[in-house]
Amino acid sequence: MTPRVRIEKAVKFFNKVEALRGVDMTVQTGEVVLIIGPSGSGKSTLLRSVNRLEHLSSGDIWIDDEKVTDPKTDIRKIREEVGMVFQSFNLFPHLSVLNNITIAPINVKRMKRGEAEAIGRKLLVKVGLADKERAFPDQLSGGQQQRVAIARALAMDPKIMLFDEPTSALDPEMIKEVLDVMTDLAKEGMTMLVVSHEMGFARAAADRVVFMDMGEIIEQAPPEVLFEHPKEDRTKRFLDNIL
Amino acid sequence: MNGKNKGSASPDHRTSVPPMINITDGTLIPSQGEHSVLSAWNIAFFGAIAVLVILPLVHPSPYREILAFVPDGVLATFEVTLVSIVFALLLGLLAGLGRISRNIVVNRIATIYVEVVRGIPLLVQLFYIYYALGPLLHLKGPTSAIVAMSVCYGAYLGEIFRAGIQAVPKGQMEAALALGMSRTQAIWSIVLPQTIRIILPPIGNEFIALLKDSSLVSILAISDLLRRGREYASTSFQYFQSYTVVALIYLILTLFFSRLVGLMEARLKRRDT
Repeated sequence: MTPRVRIEKAVKFFNKVEALRGVDMTVQTGEVVLIIGPSGSGKSTLLRSVNRLEHLSSGDIWIDDEKVTDPKTDIRKIREEVGMVFQSFNLFPHLSVLNNITIAPINVKRMKRGEAEAIGRKLLVKVGLADKERAFPDQLSGGQQQRVAIARALAMDPKIMLFDEPTSALDPEMIKEVLDVMTDLAKEGMTMLVVSHEMGFARAAADRVVFMDMGEIIEQAPPEVLFEHPKEDRTKRFLDNIL
Repeated sequence: MNGKNKGSASPDHRTSVPPMINITDGTLIPSQGEHSVLSAWNIAFFGAIAVLVILPLVHPSPYREILAFVPDGVLATFEVTLVSIVFALLLGLLAGLGRISRNIVVNRIATIYVEVVRGIPLLVQLFYIYYALGPLLHLKGPTSAIVAMSVCYGAYLGEIFRAGIQAVPKGQMEAALALGMSRTQAIWSIVLPQTIRIILPPIGNEFIALLKDSSLVSILAISDLLRRGREYASTSFQYFQSYTVVALIYLILTLFFSRLVGLMEARLKRRDT
């Protein structure tokens, strides 16, 4: 079976700094993969390369049969099917919650407004914010904003969701509400690639945890194996520091 | 290491306070907290109105005649200002988009336009378009004045648009692209609406500056407020009285619009909190 995401020999330079040093990775359909690692390890860069927000210096990425890294590929078509959630939420401040969710289905998929709003309302129920559709982003807490951001990405009916440190900018009491939504999503069978250090989420929902350091994958294993019995010293040291 | 290079981790993306840009040309804007009846703005504005009312009462001649003579000029001043600001806004938007364009040719053209125009005094531009280009292009007097003002202020407004577009956090563009929007779609439906809120106050300032600079067109054959005053002065030899009235009218107009801009700014701020 073709994996949902296949990354081969991904190399990325920022000026002269090598952020990715030949990363190979696959994500199967329905798999939930968590990437952990110290800051500067290249985990966000890797994630952002999957929908070409970062251009790889060399190497290739496929989503199903489409080659993301091929300049001839219509990247917009791929991005329509790849949902992304950012650390800083990036909701559109001039649009209401419902319009944040419907703007892409209406403008990109050419969906009818009524249809898009019906989907948007359903998603707001799913993330527990049915009563906030008329609110504006600055009237919401961080946790609420991030849940809207998840609904916004889901409105495009993506086949994979990318999460770039979705809880790092949140106050502790708001982290759970976001992780609960993500856990539900994982249980529904969504393919997910998540950059995060949330161990609880990893144990509850992740099929595999990937540890990266210095632009390389050091080791990967199911969460209980990696957390309890890391093979590499670097992994041990990192886990000791964050646990 | 790479955290410094990618935008996503920088803390300024997390704040919900819209960024402010600071481009002014020194127009008097009443600041917050100056609510006293004796604020500088109140003294200047109502003082100017009082003087303009009292003078014709005390000295009907020549002040009443001057006041009857100049209203045509006020209209012409408004006409030049309003038409110029509309075209300057269009040019400014194009120049601003050009300045952030990834297309090298478009980018260079926009940058050269901005640099050249900002490097030439407005009065020289007026002369150039009126006397040098006007006859070649068969422009009528008022048209060439409006063209010159628009071209000049378009360049300044272009820099305001550029700064305003760049003040919208990078994450906004990224989120729009990640949803499958094209760059053009993202700019029009996500970035520019936010830009407009950021640049409204500086654009208000430019409008006031343009209102004042429109007095330069009096040198060409346009009967604006200053020229009407000069016409009256040169026939009646009442220079002091004529120019006093002209200056007071400009002052009242400028102060009035600067208060409007200040109110608009305060209102935008209130909606943010």
